[in-house]
Amino acid sequence: MTYLGNGQAPLLPSELSAPDGSAPAEQRTAPVIALRQITKTYRLGEVEVQALRGVSLVIERGEFVAIMGASGSGKSTLMNIIGLLDIPSHGRYWLDDVDVRNLDELALSRVRNRKIGFVFQSFNLIPRTTALANVELPLIYAGVKSKERRQRSEAALEQVGMTDRMHHLPNEMSGGQQQRVAVARAIVTNPSLILADEPTGNLDSRSSEDVMAVFADLYAAGRTVVLITHEADIAQYAERVVRVRDGLILSDERMVDATLARPSLGSAP
Amino acid sequence: MTWADNIGAALRGLNANKLRSSLTVLGILIGVAAVILLVAVGNGSSQAVQNKIKLLGTNTITIVNRGRFGRGPSTTGTQTQASTITAADVAQLEDPTQAPDILTVSPVITASETADYQAASTSVTVTGTTPTYMGAEDYQLEAGQQITSADVTNHALVVVIGQDLVTNLYEPGTNPIGTDISFGATQFQVVGVLANKGSSSGEDLNDVALVPYTAAEDQLTGYATSFTELIVQATSSKTVNAAENEASDILASDNHTSVADLPFTLINESSLLSTSASTNETFTVLLGAVAAISLLVGGIGIMNIMLVTVTERTREIGIRKAIGAPRGAILGQFLTEAVMLSLLGGIAGVTIGLIGSRFRIVGVKPVVAPTSIIEAFFVAVAIGVFFGFYPANRAASLRPIDALRHE
Repeated sequence: MTYLGNGQAPLLPSELSAPDGSAPAEQRTAPVIALRQITKTYRLGEVEVQALRGVSLVIERGEFVAIMGASGSGKSTLMNIIGLLDIPSHGRYWLDDVDVRNLDELALSRVRNRKIGFVFQSFNLIPRTTALANVELPLIYAGVKSKERRQRSEAALEQVGMTDRMHHLPNEMSGGQQQRVAVARAIVTNPSLILADEPTGNLDSRSSEDVMAVFADLYAAGRTVVLITHEADIAQYAERVVRVRDGLILSDERMVDATLARPSLGSAP
Repeated sequence: MTWADNIGAALRGLNANKLRSSLTVLGILIGVAAVILLVAVGNGSSQAVQNKIKLLGTNTITIVNRGRFGRGPSTTGTQTQASTITAADVAQLEDPTQAPDILTVSPVITASETADYQAASTSVTVTGTTPTYMGAEDYQLEAGQQITSADVTNHALVVVIGQDLVTNLYEPGTNPIGTDISFGATQFQVVGVLANKGSSSGEDLNDVALVPYTAAEDQLTGYATSFTELIVQATSSKTVNAAENEASDILASDNHTSVADLPFTLINESSLLSTSASTNETFTVLLGAVAAISLLVGGIGIMNIMLVTVTERTREIGIRKAIGAPRGAILGQFLTEAVMLSLLGGIAGVTIGLIGSRFRIVGVKPVVAPTSIIEAFFVAVAIGVFFGFYPANRAASLRPIDALRHE
């Protein structure tokens, strides 16, 4: 039995389209992310905190975007909204041309499963579960059969250079290795968007370089990557940097040197 | 997500906290084993009563003078009561028009005697009665013949002896038929031997010697106007109560009194035993209820542990939700874990219960009721579902963002 019900077929590229049955995403020019006047207000006891005050942002397919900001700038809230973990107070959000406002809980979990690959600061691998099983997990929820699941997971692990650690448990791996497994888990469903929240925040500089090299590879392979960070040197890997402060976009610039730097990154060990 | 994935994940979860899981399983185990064992003990004691009912015959009523209750051997008739059971009473009770539900009436005179045969000697309860007595009390002949109506009319000195006399008086292999036994000074000729009847509530049913009541009056007790007791046999086990009412009505009118003031006690064996059987049933239900409570407590244990587990693994739940686990998958995962606990407890409990019921418990041989096994097992699993649902639902309802922030 699959939890997606109704014998929903395993994930296929042609299915990476909007649930409303519109044409496959590959043939479209629509942006991956389109945010319009997003606001988010929290209530902390008596006080209302405005985390986002009206953010509009468009991210096209194949872009590598770094969202930068100090803590408290609202960048984490923005990331949660983009990742469908949180809902905006106002404003509209189209993910792959689908207005997520109209999705119910089950549809949201399905979109998270198929269109978004998360990479977290604290790796967030499932404990006591091997690297391979962790990578297989999103495919399990997508209803992929076990043989195909295994093949795709092994391929994803190979892509991040973790084939030799496939059967290791998270607590048997270094931080950098865990994060690379987490990246494999994020890409295994072939999502429209890879969303990384401070992926190098818990890593030493050497491991950070390894992990960022993986993201650079993904970008080079045509993936859409959105990276949240407060470190300028990490943001340099991106081709576009969006700076956030006090719940508003402060600047949005394309880094010319990022495209120049990419070949050297691509050849990095 | 397939069930295999689910069960695998559940086993991993349980394995992560072995001590905690096994203690929770123990709670269910004790509950299930207790239900099976206690119901088996209750059942065993009911069945013992049922067997006793079968042994005694279910359609007789014993009528005795008030003040003498029970079936123990009586001493010779020293009746101080004014009202006595007489031959006239017997004749009326035997009348099918007055008492249509009474099949036979057997007057009984008992006497404790010493029986002698050659050099051997033993004490015995001699019962003076009529031919119908054997049928009413469910005695079977092993050899020879029974006392006849002619023997009663002729005051014949004949005796049908029980197995106790055979073993106590005769060398093994001797045929007692045709030999003479003396009770006191009088010799009785053995005409028949009764089949083995076993014992009932400590009373030895083989300690018996049947003689015609006329001969007993002549030779053993001296002539008395009253019988020790009457054995009234109803036409069937269903008419015992009707027969009892008819008998008490007839005796009341004979003695010019009301049924309530009757100087006799009518002992309805089957109603006594069925009262005791229903007491036993109540007892079984009570035992089962106590055991069921322990099963319930085991269920609360599951709920408790699952709540702890859900809290501990909130972050994991958040991760799973972030990577696309739908609500149903999380619900299924934790529900499977809870059911797994109760399932393991149920299986172990059935095993322990079955092993335990092979032993005698408080003097009762437990009789396992198959339904109690099935019920206890499925109730245990249902308890897992019921008490697992709340924690699992709590896990499934967590918002991913809150779950991910949980430390």
